[in-house]
Amino acid sequence: MFGLDKKDATLLVIVAILTLCAPFLLNPFPSESALAQFNAGYPDLMQRFVIFGIFAIGFNILFGLTGYLSFGHAAFLGVGSYSAVWMFKLLSMNVIPAIILSVVVAGLFSLLIGFISLRRSGIYFSILTLAFAQMSFNLAYSVLTPITNGETGLQLTLNDPRILGQSATADGSIPVTSLFGLEMRSTYELVMGPWAFQFNAGYYLCAVIMVLAFYMSIRIFRSPFGLMLRAIKSNQTRMSYTGLNPKPYTLAAFVISGMYAGLAGGLMASMDPLAGAERMQWTASGEVVLMTILGGAGTLIGPVLGAGFIKYFENIFSKINDTVLHSWFSFMPDGLENLVVMLVYPFIGKGWHLTLGLMFMMVVIFLPGGLVEGGQRIRRLFRRKDDTPAAKTEPAE
Amino acid sequence: MMGILEVKNVNKRFGGLQALGDVNLSVAENSVHAIIGPNGAGKSTLLNCLVGKLMPDTGSVLFDGQSVLGRTPHEINQMGISRVFQTPEIFGELTVLENMMIPCFAKRDGSFRMHAIGHMFDEAELVEKAEHMLESMNMAGKHHMHAAAMSRGDKRRLEIAMCLAQEPRLLLLDEPTAGMARADTNNTIDLLKQIKDERDITIAIIEHDMHVVFSLAERITVLAQGMPLVEDTPENIKGHPKVKEAYLGEAH
Ligand SMILES: Nc1ncnc2c1ncn2[C@@H]1O[C@H](COP(=O)(O)OP(=O)(O)OP(=O)(O)O)[C@@H](O)[C@H]1O
Ligand SMILES: [Mg+2]
Repeated sequence: MFGLDKKDATLLVIVAILTLCAPFLLNPFPSESALAQFNAGYPDLMQRFVIFGIFAIGFNILFGLTGYLSFGHAAFLGVGSYSAVWMFKLLSMNVIPAIILSVVVAGLFSLLIGFISLRRSGIYFSILTLAFAQMSFNLAYSVLTPITNGETGLQLTLNDPRILGQSATADGSIPVTSLFGLEMRSTYELVMGPWAFQFNAGYYLCAVIMVLAFYMSIRIFRSPFGLMLRAIKSNQTRMSYTGLNPKPYTLAAFVISGMYAGLAGGLMASMDPLAGAERMQWTASGEVVLMTILGGAGTLIGPVLGAGFIKYFENIFSKINDTVLHSWFSFMPDGLENLVVMLVYPFIGKGWHLTLGLMFMMVVIFLPGGLVEGGQRIRRLFRRKDDTPAAKTEPAE
Repeated sequence: MMGILEVKNVNKRFGGLQALGDVNLSVAENSVHAIIGPNGAGKSTLLNCLVGKLMPDTGSVLFDGQSVLGRTPHEINQMGISRVFQTPEIFGELTVLENMMIPCFAKRDGSFRMHAIGHMFDEAELVEKAEHMLESMNMAGKHHMHAAAMSRGDKRRLEIAMCLAQEPRLLLLDEPTAGMARADTNNTIDLLKQIKDERDITIAIIEHDMHVVFSLAERITVLAQGMPLVEDTPENIKGHPKVKEAYLGEAH
């Protein structure tokens, strides 16, 4: 189906169904219940899941396949966002031209940075990409202020030309982003008893694009080109002595992953039309590295899982504050309650990065293959119980 | 007559060490030429100068009348020179069949082709070629094994198969039987003989195992301390006093 073998097609269908049903799946708790804080079915959070999913899928094409670890991919995401916002300012509020421009600009920018950075490999390559991204970040704050609007960030105003649209709506406010008239912010709420499910136009646009992006990445993984990228990671010496030039292959992978990042940036701006330089900061580049490794670098589904995992827990953990903690542990004697709250407090709210760091360390130490490896181990456990002649020498993925 | 490979006055120094001193070598087309010599004689260094891994300090290397010096390894390979390394260089994380597919693509598509949509196994012709190669190497049934999980002898055979899949005009083998069991060594000898019979190919082989050398070679060059000592037919090399001297104290 769609040029995929059965296993890949099944995976694609599962991912498609899960993303399309996400508004239900992520809101399992009634909205008035105490557990409602673990719900994640809100438009902006769901949008973040799939947008960062796209970002990580693209990053994985470079890092997972070729092994080249870029620490500067947030620069392409940032460039994509700026391009999209400029399109909203100059052309129209339709998201399609904005997204196309952000992919194109990020592609060109990654061609330039990739061309230079790929003169080195290993740690020097990583440092070069990091340096370029930090340079872009600093330029966005200083010299490039006319384009980026510096610290304030690039925003829409009532004076923007928007030659194919209107500068302001009839009631004098800034128009909103849309897909041929379908407003990205429009949300339909379905109330079923105590549950409330939200279906957001923007989310569905991002979700469909993510499924397409995922499909593209499967095709790339299984193609001769993908085989060459894996060969680069495995043994560059053998590759060159087999008459293959690793450079253009790596550069192509770099540009493709840069375009994925630009796409993510363009979608981010399409959901919320403003762009700031902080999107290019090294922490943002580091985040996509974490997502990919946490989920399982080099696997198809890993980056999506990693992105979802990190964004979910970021949201949940950072929402919990000491009042919530006190209510959880109120069944304990007062002294003990305060002690437990004091112990747990550093790991929540603003301290959630501590939790993330710990989880990341655990995964790298105990599950070097990420969440995907965890899943495979669990599956193998069950299989062994089912039938004793366990599956052997089966290649990964 | 000019050979397919002409090495003239090649010198290579590593700091104070003269690894190659005025090496001259001419390999005739469609012959098997062995290069022997004690450890550290400079045999691998000579190969490195032929395939673009090292740049000789002076001298020239002509393949089929064209200089290979200053070209990158992949360019030299695309000219028709394939090399099997002293320690097997294969794609350990890839399956055996995928390993075989790579040289097949390299042969057909050249050093770079953007081919990112179709499935690699949809290329029926190349898959067939890869499978055929594996079969002729007695490696059928191992298609989906990770290459790294194979025995050392199998890795070597896979590497040879990968080089052959490129249909090179000159095949360079650096100790292809090192660390192999006797039976595997004999298999490799048979295999190389068979290849030689089946197609037009020139083979230059570095080898310590004299059994292998005398079973295959038509001409032998003896290197010692970076200098070519003698070059002659196997019969004449066997009893040569200089060769005995160079190997004095060696187990062979
Ligand atoms: N890249 C290098 N840098 C420095 N010295 C080197 C380098 N490569 C080889 N040498 C030295 O050059 C000499 C010749 O080495 P070479 O590997 O060519 O020998 P060899 O004939 O292949 O020996 P063996 O039979 O052990 O494989 C050795 O003394 C070696 O230490
Ligand atoms: Mg050697």
